Amino acid sequence: MRVTTTVNGTEQSVDDVWPGESLLYVLRERMGLPGAKNACEQGECGSCTVYLDGEPVCACLVAAGQAIGREVVTVEGLADGERLHPVQEAFVECGAVQCGFCTPGLVVAAHDLLARVPSPSDLEIREALAGNLCRCTGYEKILDAVRLAATRQARP
Amino acid sequence: MDFLQPTTWAEALTLRAERPDALPIAGGTDVMVDLNFDRRRPGALLDLGRVAELREWGADDGRIRLGAGVPYARVIEDLGAQLPGLAMASRTVGSPQIRIRGTVGGNLGSASPAGDAHPPLLAAGAVVEIASAARGVRLVPAAEFYLGVKRNALEPDELIAAVLVPAAAGPQQFCKVGTRNAMVIAVSAFACALHPDRGAVGTGIGSAAPTPRRAPEAETFLAGELEAAGLWESRGELPETLAAAFGERVAAAASPIDDVRGSAAYRLHSLAVMARRAATWAWNDYRKAA
Repeated sequence: MRVTTTVNGTEQSVDDVWPGESLLYVLRERMGLPGAKNACEQGECGSCTVYLDGEPVCACLVAAGQAIGREVVTVEGLADGERLHPVQEAFVECGAVQCGFCTPGLVVAAHDLLARVPSPSDLEIREALAGNLCRCTGYEKILDAVRLAATRQARP
Repeated sequence: MDFLQPTTWAEALTLRAERPDALPIAGGTDVMVDLNFDRRRPGALLDLGRVAELREWGADDGRIRLGAGVPYARVIEDLGAQLPGLAMASRTVGSPQIRIRGTVGGNLGSASPAGDAHPPLLAAGAVVEIASAARGVRLVPAAEFYLGVKRNALEPDELIAAVLVPAAAGPQQFCKVGTRNAMVIAVSAFACALHPDRGAVGTGIGSAAPTPRRAPEAETFLAGELEAAGLWESRGELPETLAAAFGERVAAAASPIDDVRGSAAYRLHSLAVMARRAATWAWNDYRKAA
């Protein structure tokens, strides 16, 4: 099966995709985009969060064929060339990255939250990140990072 | 494995009839887990994501017709007023990522006893709209739709088109017990709906029997007591003893098992507590609405 989809603004086609394959597998193993992480494969951990047509989803739960003709944005598509997105910068500055495995998913989820809710309350941050697990349990620093990014976003 | 991707409902029904070995997939939040873990290897995936009709909802003669492909996120956003019980339950589904993809139709298709949408659908008296290319549409009340653990009333050539849910005529509540607020498969769940227009009470039990089920005796009991005490009219306080007796009757309607998520005894206890609280909250909402 051929899968053609727009990934980070560029149309890409891959062949010989098995129909039961996930979008995550296609991104990581066929398109060379290892940013979205493969962990639980059941939508519990959020490490594979990407945008599908502008909405954050678990790429492990999207069948590859369901992404045909759609727009996918992965964590690799958030930075502007070498310049990190403010959400990514905030994660680095706040020490919100420990082992780093959950980071790409959390960055995409936080990016989506701040695009919808520019100045989120702590409750809104917790709710928005409820589907992303950090097994280093570095949640406080992650919350700090989202707050910092929100503050910077509010002050152009 | 084939990937079938109809773009119209008629085409979807034709493919369903031609390929009984195909597994329908909507949001993928259940189906992909089974594929990722090698639990299922269907002959084909029937992707319903391109069938636009399935993603629509509309009001029809006092009922909301919710297309099978409407995701939880839209139920929460659009239908909090008309279907408060279902919207409350939808807010407890998984995480934002899951609610954006997962659908009520998918919940019905999976027919897990723990599915969050089932208790409020039962309490509201919802009806499942099923269709096939050969026989057209048939309507099955939610209470008759669940046949066993992950088994439902669908024939091999049928698909779920929509669920018809009466718009709420009174307050509705939903409770769910789990280890945290997000990302939880219910240990036990309960929904109730007050139907003051016909002096009735609706219930739905989740995760405490082989299928989601109503508690008919508890419904009749509470509605009868409210009627006998003239409380529907007076909107007086709900006696604590009545709420507790309702809770006991709800628990008596369940037949839970011990499993990794909780014991049967805990499920019975939590059901009695949830039913007592849910009835009290719903009744207090009814009093305030006067």
